[in-house]
Amino acid sequence: MTSAIYLDYQATTPMDSRALEAMLPFLRQDFGNPHSTQHQFGQKAQLAVEAARGKIARLIGADSREIVFTSGATESNNLAIMGAARFRARMGDGVKRVLVFAFEHKCVLESALSLKEEGFEVEILPVTSEGFANLDALRQALKKPTSLVSLMAANNEIGTIQPIEEAGELTRAAGALLHVDAAQAIGKIPMNFNNMCVDLASISAHKMYGPKGVGALYVRRRPRARLLPIFQGGGQERGLRSGTIPAALCVGFGSAAEIALGEMETEAEQLLLFRTQFCNILENLGAKFKVNGSLTNRLPGNLNLSFEGISALQVMKNAPNIAISTGSACSSAAVEPSYVLQAISASAADAEGALRIGFGRMTTYAEIESAAQTLASATSFQSSDD
Amino acid sequence: MTVYLDYNAAAPLSSGARAAMTAAMEHQANPSSVHKYGRYAHQVIEGTRASLANAVGARYEDITFTSSGTEACALILRLSNRRRLIVSAIEHSAVLGNAPGASFIPVKNNGQIDCDFLKHLLGKDASDAVVALMLANNETGVIQPVEEVADIVHSVGGLLAVDCAQAFGKLEIDIGSLGADAIALSASKIGGPLGVGAAVFRNGLSPKPMILGGGQERGIRGGTENVLGIAGFNGALTEISARLSSSEFVCDLRNRLEDSIRRIHPECFIAGTEAPRLSNTSAISMTGTRAETQVIAFDLAGFAVSAGAACSSGKVTSSHVLMAMGVSEEQASSTIRVSLGPETTQEEVDSFVRAWSDLYGKKVRNDVSGLD
Repeated sequence: MTSAIYLDYQATTPMDSRALEAMLPFLRQDFGNPHSTQHQFGQKAQLAVEAARGKIARLIGADSREIVFTSGATESNNLAIMGAARFRARMGDGVKRVLVFAFEHKCVLESALSLKEEGFEVEILPVTSEGFANLDALRQALKKPTSLVSLMAANNEIGTIQPIEEAGELTRAAGALLHVDAAQAIGKIPMNFNNMCVDLASISAHKMYGPKGVGALYVRRRPRARLLPIFQGGGQERGLRSGTIPAALCVGFGSAAEIALGEMETEAEQLLLFRTQFCNILENLGAKFKVNGSLTNRLPGNLNLSFEGISALQVMKNAPNIAISTGSACSSAAVEPSYVLQAISASAADAEGALRIGFGRMTTYAEIESAAQTLASATSFQSSDD
Repeated sequence: MTVYLDYNAAAPLSSGARAAMTAAMEHQANPSSVHKYGRYAHQVIEGTRASLANAVGARYEDITFTSSGTEACALILRLSNRRRLIVSAIEHSAVLGNAPGASFIPVKNNGQIDCDFLKHLLGKDASDAVVALMLANNETGVIQPVEEVADIVHSVGGLLAVDCAQAFGKLEIDIGSLGADAIALSASKIGGPLGVGAAVFRNGLSPKPMILGGGQERGIRGGTENVLGIAGFNGALTEISARLSSSEFVCDLRNRLEDSIRRIHPECFIAGTEAPRLSNTSAISMTGTRAETQVIAFDLAGFAVSAGAACSSGKVTSSHVLMAMGVSEEQASSTIRVSLGPETTQEEVDSFVRAWSDLYGKKVRNDVSGLD
């Protein structure tokens, strides 16, 4: 039996062993509570957390004071959306309107929709069939006073990179804040929030070869994005996110950010090459498939394919050694067509056939070749009749 | 080598936790096991859930993992949609901060809450109320009469949420015999890693979720789980009975510490000694020397202690816990927290007493020369 090939890098990434190594001392001798800053144990942990914060800030062109540690991008998204919307509703001019795009991550949609209970108006904006935010719809929707717009940097299923810069200019001009769920994009493509009108951005460590259980929210200082915490306590992270900071996880996250900053560019070239090679091999073997979402302006490590006449679940059954998925990881236990593909108005057949294939840092050419061959035979009717 | 006497802020990672995390790390760094990762992560999380259920006498499905004790505290306060919140005056900021508009239960001089006052606050019908009371205080170690309070609260239809973070691993916790409707826990207080907590709900109660999306933790708490941390939590749980049985030894050390200090300074104020206390915690005042000054001096002398709760150590304010007990401002601002653990030795305690004596001696000499 051949060993499994992991091609699900948008669900989660293996940890980079350098990031893992960086964490170890904080699980051993340097176990202090990073808020116990009056003694050496705490100071060591605190210094390491602050160094990590600096590395994450550098990766996104931010100031380290703009980084708030959270338990992951889901919490960051919840904090950004509920926190900013509530701040303006309660402490500002009372505007209660939030805009999100139809293909956002579930946690963005749920956070936004939950605000309806508090009397917010929540509008879900359409996306194009190529997989991009419909900016005309945004322009139109911003004619009404709006507190917050949430647009992801890159989609988690089809990898399309969104026009954040343009969206930021529109929202800024309309007096609204822009929140960006950047979980899939950070560490994969260059992102400089300082140069864009992005007010809030969510980052996840485990999507960029860091540990699970830690993430960050970028909170712009100038002009300052204001928000209310979703829960309180010891007042850590400038009062925005209470709870003892897990120093080891932050250190692993920081290390992953540093590695990404140094290697992102060459890695992206490599992944793009792999993606092209993968598609070429499939085509050469006569596989009939369609790529969902635009191939330009797309994360280099992402593919989303529908093979002709065969459901995604059947493909996965026929090729059990290839780790790919039908959609986002959290909802993949549920077997229903992807709402992301429905949002880009893919046909029912395409949506049911859609497979997300993700390449990453540990992927090799041998894996690309073997996976493409396996999938080509898993989707061809001749071979299944044999 | 610094002597660590700040176990209530964070306990060193236990060997069981470290071993479990090392094993989990192999899986995190290996792409071919990441393939089976979903299944592996599921095993880790559900295995820990089972151990924790067993440790606190709860059902498996009663447990929700969170990112910290603070988050767990915030979550247990969201029990049902009850509007009236009643909290003790000495709760941790994780409870106080998440209870806006709450009524406060005062504490007596011994550090335990005033049950008569609570009855008065609850009134005849408390079916709209959630009461929050910590099992043991993080600053003084004073243990609250939670079982008694549970009866009081339930007799008028109220619900009881108990922050067990600091008591965890130091006292046996059985959610049923406590009579709590929900409890909050933190892995790091029992030798597990930072970044993992748990909220436990009884009788099918569930909170209004705080972090939405993804559907993890039966929809109560969204977000990809801290698998490494949860693995470490399980490792720490395997050692919890050893930790609990060390409390007698720790208590002897703590008594040795307090007796020695009392021999040096007989009038020395130690908080909560009239009430049952955690065996490891000592809140000791050196009247006239500010807590911050002491903590810095002890750090230089090679001892890690704290001036109250870790999260607020940045700010210099007198402890709300001591003030609620009726301790004078002067004494409260000169009280430090010394908290011991299973790894603490008699030599460490004795050397700390010598350092305490030195600092106290200097203060006395200064006071005397100041009179000249």
